Parts: sequence; structure tokens; C-alpha cells
Amino acid sequence: MNKKKKVFKWILYIVLIGYALFTLFPFLWAVSASFKTYKEITGGGLNIIPNAPTLHAYKKLFTIDENFIRWIFNSFFICILGTFINVFLNSMTGYALARLQFKGKHLIFYAILVSIMVPGQVLLIPNYLIIKTFGLLNSYSAIILPAAVNATYIFMMRQFYINFPKTIEEAAAIDGLGRLGTFFRVSMPLAKPAIATQSVFIFLAFWNEFLKPKLYLSDPSKYTLTVGIQSMMSRYGGITQWDEVMAASVISLVPILLLYIVLNRYFMQGIRMDGEK
Amino acid sequence: MTRRKRKGEVAQGWGFVSPAMLVIGIFVMTSIVFALYISFHKVNLFTGYYEFIGLENYKRIFVDTKTRIAFFNTVGFVAVVVPIQTIFALIMASVLNAKLRGKFVFRTIYFLPTLTSSAALTMIFMFLFSLTGPINQLALNLNILQEPINFLNDPKFALKVIMSMNIWSTVPFFMTIYLAALQEVPNSVYEAADVDGATGFQKFIHITVPQLKPITTFVLLMGIIGTFQMFDQAYIFSNGSGGPENSTLTVALQIYRNAFGQNNTMGFATAMSIMLSIVIFTVSFIAQKLNKSESLY
Repeated sequence: MNKKKKVFKWILYIVLIGYALFTLFPFLWAVSASFKTYKEITGGGLNIIPNAPTLHAYKKLFTIDENFIRWIFNSFFICILGTFINVFLNSMTGYALARLQFKGKHLIFYAILVSIMVPGQVLLIPNYLIIKTFGLLNSYSAIILPAAVNATYIFMMRQFYINFPKTIEEAAAIDGLGRLGTFFRVSMPLAKPAIATQSVFIFLAFWNEFLKPKLYLSDPSKYTLTVGIQSMMSRYGGITQWDEVMAASVISLVPILLLYIVLNRYFMQGIRMDGEK
Repeated sequence: MTRRKRKGEVAQGWGFVSPAMLVIGIFVMTSIVFALYISFHKVNLFTGYYEFIGLENYKRIFVDTKTRIAFFNTVGFVAVVVPIQTIFALIMASVLNAKLRGKFVFRTIYFLPTLTSSAALTMIFMFLFSLTGPINQLALNLNILQEPINFLNDPKFALKVIMSMNIWSTVPFFMTIYLAALQEVPNSVYEAADVDGATGFQKFIHITVPQLKPITTFVLLMGIIGTFQMFDQAYIFSNGSGGPENSTLTVALQIYRNAFGQNNTMGFATAMSIMLSIVIFTVSFIAQKLNKSESLY
């Protein structure tokens, strides 16, 4: 029995390691290709370690390419601003739904429920026409505004405040803090874990968004990294500079990877909450 | 509570929710009504003229050849990807749930595709499957292939490459969801099964699968909603054309092309998006019902 168990455990490890390699394989190749010369890539060797490692692709992106650094900056700008707005609005709304009694609350509740359920495809075209009417085409507002709140995280914040004891906030109110003061100075700081959880997922969603920046941003210098990478694809008359494209893809992964390693706890928390729905 | 205080709370309540409601009001509620309105009209984007044409847009969905191709591509995509990703995720989660060392490392590696943007992922996969890319080279070296396959430009393979990429990238995410839920299943249940001499496979079928049923419903719904609206990969793969030979043309891509192309077919595209939602709701509903009724005990 014991021996059988040991064998079983080894099989499990082999499965896990095999699957890990399977998952890593595309990334390893991307990293490897980003350090190879274009010639070596198209030569089709199967060596994962480049014959003559070179930073050529990275250098080209950062020094010759006129837009690449801008794309990184644009992506960061949209992500940080979008995440900030989301965190404030989602938390305020979730707080009000959990703590305050007011007429029309159930209506708001339904509105939020509808926005969770309706597929994004339906909203795409009317949103575009509205954005166009506002004169916001080719601006970052077109990407941030329609995504300024997230219904799922409003619910998450509501849940957080429902489960969180009121006593501290009541004490603050007795000390003379108004509702807004209580919210910003007491309730928001208390919700740090829930706020961190929604922040990482909202940041990730903005960072990886493709459709909206593709649709709204027509000026190549305004592109985000995702759209920028896609635009690199066939810009030399159908020939794709795989070394540069792979380098750009690798770079686009780095901030998210760092975020994941530093804030791993909150990623896992978010998934647990998603799973509980 | 005094009347005055309650009145104050109404103002406070609306004050707190009004920014969010403004966004939802404009970009969700108004947009839904607007979408319905557009779907009954022929829209000229340049003159801004809306011509009422009744159900014409909806009728056209059923006779338009390209729409039919897009529909069958999408349904095929959903039918292949959703079951495979769900089953794989469930199996991998129950393997990873065993008491093993180095779980954190494995989990971090498995989470990589979830973190990566669809743009970067698609580029990486296009590179892997390109003519001189590693997949072709590997197959050539192992003598599986005599000459390289042009995966990216062959209509027989293009959608399959996207399918494999989608399964590869979503399994780890759903696995993590399953894993989180598995931690809630009391160990005693498995221990009792051990005492009764149940094998690993029996435990999987009789404990893990039924215990995770609500999560499976969630995973199925997420999968169905996501795959029916697959856009990014198809767009990037074909540079927006849906090619080669319409093989990567999905409904979402066809909606985009009709809405923002040169043909004044925005109304038609909107009607398609509404029909797509109806399909998504119907399929989700059926999947949920099936998963509930199917008795595994």
C-alpha cells in the first residue's frame, strides 16, 4: 500500500511538471526568440538558447521605434487612471447599497444586475455612437468612461460592507465625522483587502483590453501596448519581424507578472470570490 | 430613526451611487434601448440618417451567407472549447489538490496564460505555428511531417490553432477556480471514502465531481459567455479579415466588421449582436439545467 502510494505520488508529480512545461513552452519560446536574430528565428533551429544572444530587438523597440515607449506609457496611464476611478466608484456604490437605506435602492440593484448580465457585444455599437456624439473618439476617455464602474466589484464591495461590523464607523460618526468623512477616512481604509483584490483584476483587465482601444484609438501614437503589438504584425509588407514582436510581447507581460508576484494573495482572493458566485 | 435623519440618508444614498449610476445609465441602460432602436433601422454613419426598416435586419441574419459561416464557426468553437476546458480544468484541479510540495510554484506557472493579454498570446501562438516556427520544425525533425504546414494560412487549421490556444490559456484559470472550491470540501469526506477502500478514480467521480457541481455551472457559463463572444484572437490572427477563406470569422468579428466597416450595415450588426445575446442566454440556460439535472450518484 505504502509503495503504491509513493508510485502514485511520483505519477502526480510527473503530470504536474509535464503540464507546467506545456504551459511554459510558448513563453519560453517567446523569450528565446526575442533574444535571437531575425535570421536565426526564420532559420528554424530548435535551440531554445540563442546561438548568438542579442538585445537587438529590444534596442530597436526602445530607440528606433518611434511609438513603442509611448504605448507602454499610454497603457500605464489608462490602467492607473481607470483603476483609481473604478475603485472609488465601486466602493462608494457598494457601501451605499450595504449601509444606507434610501428609496430606489432596489432599482439600482436591478440596474447593476442587468449590467452584469448583458453581453458586451450588445453595448459595443450604441456605446460607440454615444462616444462619437460626445466627441470622444480617439481619446482615452472613450476607453475609461464606459468602464468607469464594474458591476461585479460593486457587488463584492457591498458584500464586504454587509459582513463588516458597523461599530467603528458608528464611533466615527459619534466623534462628529460626516457621512463622506466617515466613508473616506474610516470605511475605505477598512476595506483595504477588498480594494486590493478589485484593483489587481481591474488593472489586469485594462492592461489586456484589446477591442476598445482598437476601435477607438486611430492615432498610432495613442495606441495601447496590446493594439500596438498587433499593429507591428504586418507593418513591413506582410513580413513579420518576429524578434521585435516577441520582445514587445515579453515586455507587455513584465508589469503584470510583477504585480502578480507582489500581490499574489489578492489574485487568489479574487478567484475565491468569483468561484463563490 | 427620526424623519429628518432618514431624509438625509436618501440624499446621501443617491449622492454615493449617482456617479456609478450615471455611467451605468448611459453606457448600459440607454445603450440597451438604443441597441434595440438601431436594430430596426438602416444607419448611415456619415449622414447620421436612421431609416426605419422594421425587421429587415433580423430577417437578413438568416439569409446572409457570411453570417451563417460566422455562426457555424462560432458554434464549432464553443462546442469544442467549452467541454474540453471544463473537463481538463476539473481533472487538473483534483490532481493539484493532492498534498504535494511546490504547489505555489506550479500554480504561479499555471496562472501565466491568464495574466497575459490576448494580443501577446495570439502573437506568440502565431509565431509557434508559423512556417519556420518551432511546431513545424519539431514535427519535421520527428518525421511526423514531410513538409511544413502553413497553419496560419490554411483554412483547415487556422481556427483549430485558435481553439488550441484558447483551451491552453483558459484551463489554468478555471482550474484555479476549481482548486479554490476544492479546498472547501471537507477532508473527512475523502477519508471516509478511503476507509471504504475507494480508488482515486472512484473518489473523483463520486465525491469531487458532485461536490463541485455549482462551480461547474459557473465555469460552464463563463466558458459559454466567453467563447461565444470570441473576438480578440480571431481579429489579431486574421488582421481583422476573418481569413483565410473566412475560417476564423466569428460572430463577434462579423458584428465588428459590419458595424465599423464601409457598408452602412450598423443596424444589421446590432441586430446580430442582439441575436447573439439571445443565443448566449439560451445556451447558458440549457447548460445550467443540464448540469443540475444530470444525476451522478
